[in-house]
Order: sequence, then C-alpha cells, then structure tokens
Amino acid sequence: MDIELVSLTKRYGDTVAVDGINLKIRSGSYCCLLGPSGCGKTTTLQMIAGFLTPSRGTIRLEGRDLTQVHPSKRGLGIVFQSYALFPHMTAAENVAFGLEMQRVGKAERTERVRAALAMVGLAAYEDRHPRRMSGGQQQRVALARALVIRPSVLLLDEPLSNLDAKLREEMQIELRQIQRNLGTTTILVTHDQGEALSLSDRIVVMSKGRIEQIGTPQDTYERPASAFVAQFLGKTNDFSARVEGAAPARIVVGGWSAPAPVGVRGPVTVSVRPERIGFAQDGLPARVAARIFQGNHWLFQCETECGPAIVVRPNDGLPQPGEGEAVRLAWRQDDMSIRDGSLSAGAAA
Amino acid sequence: MSAAATTSLPAAAPTTVPALRASRAPLWLILPALMLFTGVVLVPLAMTVLLSFHDWGQYKGIEPVLILKNWQEIATDPYYAEMFGRTLRIALITTAATALLGAPEAYILNRMSGRWRGIFLLLILGPLLISVVARTLGWALLFGGSNGLANKLLMSLGVISSPLPFLFTETGVVVALVHVMMPFMVLSVWAALQRLDPQVEHAAMSLGAGPVTILRRIVLPQIMPGVLSGAIIVFSLSASAFATPAIIGGRRLKVAATLAYDEFLNTLNWPLGAAVAVLLLVGLVLIVVGANALVERRYAEVSP
Repeated sequence: MDIELVSLTKRYGDTVAVDGINLKIRSGSYCCLLGPSGCGKTTTLQMIAGFLTPSRGTIRLEGRDLTQVHPSKRGLGIVFQSYALFPHMTAAENVAFGLEMQRVGKAERTERVRAALAMVGLAAYEDRHPRRMSGGQQQRVALARALVIRPSVLLLDEPLSNLDAKLREEMQIELRQIQRNLGTTTILVTHDQGEALSLSDRIVVMSKGRIEQIGTPQDTYERPASAFVAQFLGKTNDFSARVEGAAPARIVVGGWSAPAPVGVRGPVTVSVRPERIGFAQDGLPARVAARIFQGNHWLFQCETECGPAIVVRPNDGLPQPGEGEAVRLAWRQDDMSIRDGSLSAGAAA
Repeated sequence: MSAAATTSLPAAAPTTVPALRASRAPLWLILPALMLFTGVVLVPLAMTVLLSFHDWGQYKGIEPVLILKNWQEIATDPYYAEMFGRTLRIALITTAATALLGAPEAYILNRMSGRWRGIFLLLILGPLLISVVARTLGWALLFGGSNGLANKLLMSLGVISSPLPFLFTETGVVVALVHVMMPFMVLSVWAALQRLDPQVEHAAMSLGAGPVTILRRIVLPQIMPGVLSGAIIVFSLSASAFATPAIIGGRRLKVAATLAYDEFLNTLNWPLGAAVAVLLLVGLVLIVVGANALVERRYAEVSP
C-alpha cells in the first residue's frame, strides 16, 4: 500500500533528528533508507512504526493519517535489528502470536504458521526455542513472524547487520525474492550501501536528518546529487577542474578536456567513478603509485596534478600498466558529474 | 633458528615444576575458608543433629544418649504440628505478598527515568540499612494496642472504635515480614527485567498486542524466573526469621525459630530445641532445592 511521509520532523530538545522529510513510497515497492548512523533513518522508521511520536508532520497509509493510530493498530510488520523474538516461546508460537492477536481461528492459524515457516525454510524448526537457533535462523523466524500477519507495510530495521558476510548475502537474495513474491511494500533501514544497492527499487539517501537524494539504485550511484551521496555510495574520484574559454567553453582537468555544459563557470570539482576511468593515449597525465590485484579486477592508485585517483580495471587478461609507470587517464563526458565549489569542501562533506 | 630451538628446550623444562605447584595452589587457597566453614558451620551442625537425639530432664539436665524421645514428642504432640504449620503459612503468605507487590514495583522502577529510578531504588533498599529489630519495633509503635500511634489516630478520627489487632497476630507478623523482605523480591525481579530486550515489547505491540496482553504474555513469563528465585529467598528467610516473629508474635504466637530459641534459653531443653531447629533446616533445604530444580527445568529456555 502507498505510504507517504509529509514534512515529518522529530526534535529532541534543540537537536533535530529528522528534519521535515517528504517521501512517497509506492505500493509494492522496496524502498531503502540509507545513511550513516545518526542520519535519522532509524528515527524515521520508529515514527512510521509508531514507537516515536513525530514533533511535526504526518504519516499517511493509503491516504489515511496514521499519526494518531496506536502502534498495535497500525498493522505493520517489523523486523528488529535484535530480532526481538519472544525467548519463552517456540518458533511456531512466536509466529502464531500476531495471528492470535488478530483472533484467527486455531485451524487457520496452524496452517498459516506452517506456511510462513516453510517460506523462510524453517519448516523443521517449529518447536525450537530462539535460544537454540543460530542468528540466521532467528532472523528468519523474525521475518516469518512479521509477514504472517499479512502486513500492509513491512519495516526492516538493519535486519542483516548481525549476520556474517556470507549469510548476509544469502539472506539479501532471499529477502528480495520473498518480497517480490508477496508484493509487500517494504521499507529497509540500513547503513550498508551494498545492501541498499542490491535490494531496493528506490534508495533514499539521508544525512543529518534530511533526504539527500531519492532514486533508483543505478540512478543514485551514477548521478549522485551531492558530494555526500557520491562519497557515501561507492568510491569516487574528485578532481579539481577549470572552465576555459567562452562560447564554446571547455572544462579542463589537466590534460583531459571536454565541452562544458552551458552555465558552468569558475573552478569546479568533477567526480568520476573508479571503474569509469580508463588508460588512454590522451588525457590526464598520471603516475601509477600502487597496483593491487583483487582477483576479478585490478585496482590502481594514481597521482595526478588534479588530485589522487583510484582506477579499477577488469582483469581481462590484457597487460596492465605497472607501478611507477606514467599513464594518461580518460573517461567519457557522461561518466562525469560536475559540482561547484572547491575540492576541499567536497571532500569534507 | 636451530640455536633458538635448543635454548628454548632447557627453558621449557623448569616451567613444569611451578605449573604442578600452581595446579595445587587453588586447594591451598581455599583451605582457610574451608577450615572456617568446617569449624563454624559443619561441626556445630553435626553437634546440633547429635544433640537432638540426647535426653533431657528437669533435674538431670542433658544426658548424652541416643534416643528418639524429642522426635517422638514433635511427631505426636499437635502443638508442634500447629507451630510448624503456622511457620509454613506465614512464610507462604509473606512470599506471595512480596511477589504480588514486589514484581509490579520492580517493573515500574525499571520503566522510570534515570534520576527517579535512583531515588526510588534508594527508598526500596533503604530499609535494608536499618536493623530488622528497629524496623519491626516501628510497627509495634504504630499498632501496639490502644497506645499505638496509628491506632490512636484512627480512633480519634472515628475510623475504628477499638484498636486494630496487630501485635500477637499472624496478620501483624506477615505485614512486618513483607516490609522486611520486600527489597529481596524487588532486586531479584529487577535483575530479570534488566535482561529483557526492550524491543521485545515493541515487537509484541506491532503484532497487535495491547498493554495488558504484553504484560501477561510477554513480560511476565520472562521475569518469572526472577520472581521465583526471589520467592525462594523470601520464603527461606521468612520461615527462619527470628526478630520479627519474636517482637510482633511474642510468646503467644510462636514460630519454629522463636520456639527453638525458647527451648534453648528459657526451658533449657537443648535437645528439644535442637530437634526443632534441625527439622526446620531439613524442611527448608528440601523445599528450596525442590523449588529451584523446578524453576530451572521449567524456565530453561528463558534464562540464559
């Protein structure tokens, strides 16, 4: 179901945790609130869940105002970071709890609990207590418990952060599949950019209580709206550049240049992703300071007159420049984003 | 490389001797405590058990023989059955009352904000800093017949026409004991509440549970081990309490501890007093061990 946040704000005394955010999440989509700790993403989720009362603003579900609705009446499914399973109940009892609260009949309840546990691959663990289960299994029980009540919206609060890397990857894929099959509107809160990129339909990047950018993972990654987004989502190279000449003006990064977009002037910062830079005959002169082999790709740390550069090249079996070698760096104009302001300001954000 | 290996060999050999000595060190370290324990607990306990089989007469005093006279007297005289029954009843009611009052108290305490929690924790623990005798005498001053402060006030206000019976009543003993024992229950439940994941209540709420359901189905089962271990402490302390029953119950309302005391110091029938004391000890150990085993089996999944 559609969920909409309208100038949602949360203040604690003088500090503003969430600063008037507006967001509309389409029914059935998988939306991800991404940001560093303290950016207000968890506070936002807690307000949607109803555990925190907003200082200002409204939350609408299908046009209905949720702000005054008690958390127990919102009908949202929540998976907590600590899973928050009921330790004195078995897996089946944990999952059945929400159905009991909805006064679902015993026969239907048993059937739905069984189906939910089977969906997360825990059919054989019905009578197990949470303490006797591994972290991944507990996580699945928590997911089954949240989904069995057929929630209008599923809220996930850093659900994978307590799992080890391999299990986390498996669960990411599984989570995505379950979400696609059920079509439940899902809001995921995470600080892990990989998780956000691989799971969600839309990423909402947050910083200091504000939304920095909303877009598809690909959009957000390739066209970051701010220095913060560029730095936070993946790695990027910032070069200081000049704009030379007038009509047609050219943007010049050392030995690399291209026609400047209309209206751009003065010293600017251009940002290029490491995997979009190639070695070429012409371009920005650089020296390879270090070459690191990383299996399926090579990582080059280069020094240029416009600042340090990281270049990632696929390990395609072709000869690669060695350490200390002089090279020239080039990229397509489309792969570059231009920001005003000095390089230091960009790096600080 | 080889030089390092040869020098390390002789160095390794001497370390085995201190290692052997170190393995015996714990035994030596517990020896003083063990001697103290044997000297002041085990030996007197064995002597008390032995004493309970001795004979006693008004004029002949204690005779070191092995007979079952004292045990027969306790088993046949209904006075002892009544007295042990009263001890058990007082301890059970006190335990139930501290659980019913203390568990909610601990829950509320746990939900308070930092500063208030500190103040109220001090209020709850405060009584522990005052002697049991002083606290119990306080109750006697408040409700001691028509001279009791509270009784006088209530009578002058016309709430009651005659002083509330408190001294020498079971109710009085229970009220005073509940007051004395409350901190043990609150602390025990509080410890259990500290282990509770605060998000668990949120999880239950999000699944549609109201506040009463959350308390009954989520919080209570998880703090039950704390309530039960508190109950074991309160029960054993109440059943063997001496000062409070002695002051409030007096001579008229005897419990096991005060009876044993009287046999020892007033009647001078040490063997009978010893038999009462041993029976109280054995009964308590059986009840506490049994209850503890029950708690551990029943709540194995909840307690970490």
